Amino acid sequence: MNKIKHTTCGGSCAGRCCLQLDNVSVSFSGCEVLDKVSFHLHCGEIAALIGPNGAGKSSLFRSILGQIPYSGTITFSPADGPVIHISDDEDSSTGRGTRPLIGYVPQSPSFDRGNPMSVLDFFVASTSKWPVWLPVPQKIRDNVTQILTRVHGEELLDRSMGALSGGQLQRVLLSMALEPLPQILVLDEPLSGVDIDGEHQLLEMLDEIRTRYDLSILLSTHDFATLGSFADKVLLLNRSLLKSGTPDEVLSSDEFYGAFHLHLGKGGH
Amino acid sequence: MELWYSIVSLLPFEWAEPDSMFFMKNALLAVLVISPLFGLLSTMVVHSRMSFFSDALGHSAFTGMAIGALLGANDPTWASVVFALAFALLFNVVRRRSELASDTVIGVFSSTAVALGIFISTFGGRSFTKFNSILIGDILSVEPEKIGILAVILVLVLILWGFSFNHLMLSAVHPALARSRGINVFWQETLFSAAIAVVVTLSMTWVGLLVINSLLVLPAASARNMARNMAQYHLYSVLGAIVAGIAGLMTSYYIGSSAGAAITLYLSFYFLISFLFRKRS
Repeated sequence: MNKIKHTTCGGSCAGRCCLQLDNVSVSFSGCEVLDKVSFHLHCGEIAALIGPNGAGKSSLFRSILGQIPYSGTITFSPADGPVIHISDDEDSSTGRGTRPLIGYVPQSPSFDRGNPMSVLDFFVASTSKWPVWLPVPQKIRDNVTQILTRVHGEELLDRSMGALSGGQLQRVLLSMALEPLPQILVLDEPLSGVDIDGEHQLLEMLDEIRTRYDLSILLSTHDFATLGSFADKVLLLNRSLLKSGTPDEVLSSDEFYGAFHLHLGKGGH
Repeated sequence: MELWYSIVSLLPFEWAEPDSMFFMKNALLAVLVISPLFGLLSTMVVHSRMSFFSDALGHSAFTGMAIGALLGANDPTWASVVFALAFALLFNVVRRRSELASDTVIGVFSSTAVALGIFISTFGGRSFTKFNSILIGDILSVEPEKIGILAVILVLVLILWGFSFNHLMLSAVHPALARSRGINVFWQETLFSAAIAVVVTLSMTWVGLLVINSLLVLPAASARNMARNMAQYHLYSVLGAIVAGIAGLMTSYYIGSSAGAAITLYLSFYFLISFLFRKRS
């Protein structure tokens, strides 16, 4: 597959849509979890966020989603149209209209196996106004089937959410995040709990999405081995942004070894 | 009510004879109103793991009754509704602000409410026995006006379910995902707990505080054993609640025991059957 990689940013975003974080800091009850994080993310770009546990990855996501208060600025400049500022003003009546559309794939939520919620139910509840406790009309069913086809998941329609494998669940969540088509796609640890085949399938899908639609993708991962095969940019986070660059640049940097307490040479683990 | 009495008189039971046994006819209508109500609310209580919370709300309703009685109200039910609503709202605020686990916060609220209720009702050496009727419940004491109020609440809950169930369900599944789709999770949770507060409080004197929570847990727990999607889940829960409600009322009439307890036992039996015939994925 041909990949179009936008690896240069330059001073401005040169007409491409761009998510910009500028000196973003977050603290919870006096404890700083994010310290002046700044980066740009352009459309068509996949950025991987890596960092040890507790590095602030989830907090960074929640700031971008506008769900927690932060200092600094997060803006989104679409290719056409005015710049949008993202705030945590959850209760404002302005709703999603003034926000960029963000597709969010949460870290594998757990569904107990007896959960009566089918994949169809989950979709209907998230993407339509039809009350999910009534039998679903054929038209909506067809519509959801079509959406699932994008992630090759049409056979999952009537399966229980609790009975899906890790990879299947991620595909379902991914297809839901693409409905309606977002400007930014945020995935929290999409590769955890997914087997090798599932991982391969998911990464191919992300690549396809990135080339087919005009959106930027930000995902967090602990799987460094596959970074080089899909990420345009890697962001190494440990409270502050320690290093950003291409996968090779970051993975070979001293900051990377320092952050993960990796020791090279004799006596190393 | 006249219409209802004439419909019931068509039934082949001795208590269904025209112009007699109005208390039984009222009770049957009451059961037909509250059992679908509990069947519906039950689906969400079980789905969002709030069974402990609804139990605590029942306790707070009792405290409200005690406060109402202390203030000298003729009908302490409304004081009780107000108290339960305040309890539900305060609980949601504290749970949101606190970093404690939800069941711990419920435990704190529940024990405070019960202690306050007992303290107030026995204040000045008064006897607790007059509250015994709340603990056991008596469905035959139901008045037509109360049935009317609960019928209105059933309609309101149906409207809430029509507009809000999707959002409620997503909020329970994954709050952050729900928020990312523009859902105000806090208000959804508050609205739902307010609905439980009102329903539990108003029907407590009929069903009995000790068993009321079983009506909020057993129908959906049984339905969950068998249902493969949300529509089936609701159908099995509501149908189970209605059948158990009618059967429980009849049993209590002919044998002479508490209707609330009989309904609960039928629901337990329903759970057993559903467990034996549970779906296998």
